[in-house]
Amino acid sequence: MMKIPWARRYGALLLATGAILSGIRLLADEEPAVRVANADSVGPRMLEVQTRTAVVRDYLAAWQSLSHAFNENNASVLDADFTGIAREKLSDTIEGQQKLGIRTHYQDRKHDIRLVFYSPEGLSIQLLDTVEYDVLILDHDKPQATQHVRTQYLAVLTPTEVRWKVRILQSAPQ
Amino acid sequence: MKLRFSSMLAIWVAAAIAGFAQAPSLEWPKTIEAGRSFSVSTAGDGKAVLYIVGPGQALRRDVQLGQKIVLAAGEIHNAGHYSALLVGPSSTQTADFDVTASQTSNLSFLAKPSRLPVDLHDGISGVVYVFDAFQNLVLTSTEVSFELSEGGGATQTRTASTHYGAAWVRLDSAPKSGVAQFLARAGNIVERRVVQEVPGDPCSLRMSARRSGTLIELETEPLRDCKGNAVPDGTIVTFTERSNGTESTVDVPLKRGVARTNLPASDGATISVATGVVMGNEIRWP
Repeated sequence: MMKIPWARRYGALLLATGAILSGIRLLADEEPAVRVANADSVGPRMLEVQTRTAVVRDYLAAWQSLSHAFNENNASVLDADFTGIAREKLSDTIEGQQKLGIRTHYQDRKHDIRLVFYSPEGLSIQLLDTVEYDVLILDHDKPQATQHVRTQYLAVLTPTEVRWKVRILQSAPQ
Repeated sequence: MKLRFSSMLAIWVAAAIAGFAQAPSLEWPKTIEAGRSFSVSTAGDGKAVLYIVGPGQALRRDVQLGQKIVLAAGEIHNAGHYSALLVGPSSTQTADFDVTASQTSNLSFLAKPSRLPVDLHDGISGVVYVFDAFQNLVLTSTEVSFELSEGGGATQTRTASTHYGAAWVRLDSAPKSGVAQFLARAGNIVERRVVQEVPGDPCSLRMSARRSGTLIELETEPLRDCKGNAVPDGTIVTFTERSNGTESTVDVPLKRGVARTNLPASDGATISVATGVVMGNEIRWP
């Protein structure tokens, strides 16, 4: 039997403990930390508190849908929260994942949201989100790696019958 | 639920332990333009699998370590943030990168409203979102020119720069009614919309009366708004006659700019006329 040096064994144990703790954190699907910057007027139109609340609520719900859709490779989960270009692109990605036999599990950790534009006729609202998330990549259900990502996303939401839906979701490098 | 949790936990722990073997970052460009081809070098020997994942796109490719990885033009075309992983036999190399939009290729132009009264300050709004050929929002500042050309030949022009891919403008409706062409231009990309500018409320309402046997013939003067535009036919004009405690009302649509009706000629009657929120003159008969 090969002898494992004492320090390496200890280090591996520590790493494994860290991994388990992080795993519990990842899988607990805990609520992300959310901060929304104050903005009464964003461009040409006054932003009411109710509108701001609804937009942020629906945008965060869209991240949950995205996470479920990508984890299950099921594009229909997107229907409630996405429309237009965003819906098409995310669906195409899920279709691509299915063909390749991969899955991705997105877990958003932190959102720092700033509303930047509310169009004059009230038919689109734009926000910037400095988001932190973890993404776990599985190839034929075999985990490959987890990446922690911090980036800025730009989202355009448009009102539908009962809620705001994400029409554009694109990273906007700072 | 417990089973799902345990299995996911096991998966994640396995992924985390696999991650311990991660080598230094993969040499990868930080930013790539959508649709552009690019290549990266790899080190080592043996077979590996390249994963490129992000909400915008997912790729998986078998690669030979030590050889260049070439991504062809159009292969990564959705703007967004991506993680690249090169999973080799003994290590995993990772990199994060952004794909940015390419050149402006089309405009999404929303002009509102499509029909409005003349002479309204800031009555028309135009919003443009700028996209590239892959439907990515172009986030670099782009100059958009808005033009509102009225039937009479007058043109209002405004220029706005996009901020996070969007530019907007507010313009006045013209004093003359008619069809206005509203266009947005970015470089040589042009989008057109049509805006119908209709007369506003009548500026004044005046009627005249004359006897016709046992009836009074009532007729308005041609109805015009405050800018001299003829109020459209079909607009309802209401004539009201009050006499001896009774009230008769007749609603008449405008025909060729005027409204006509007959009411009983009752001595001492008071006749008034109105349309929308505009009150006209009053006649006491005879």
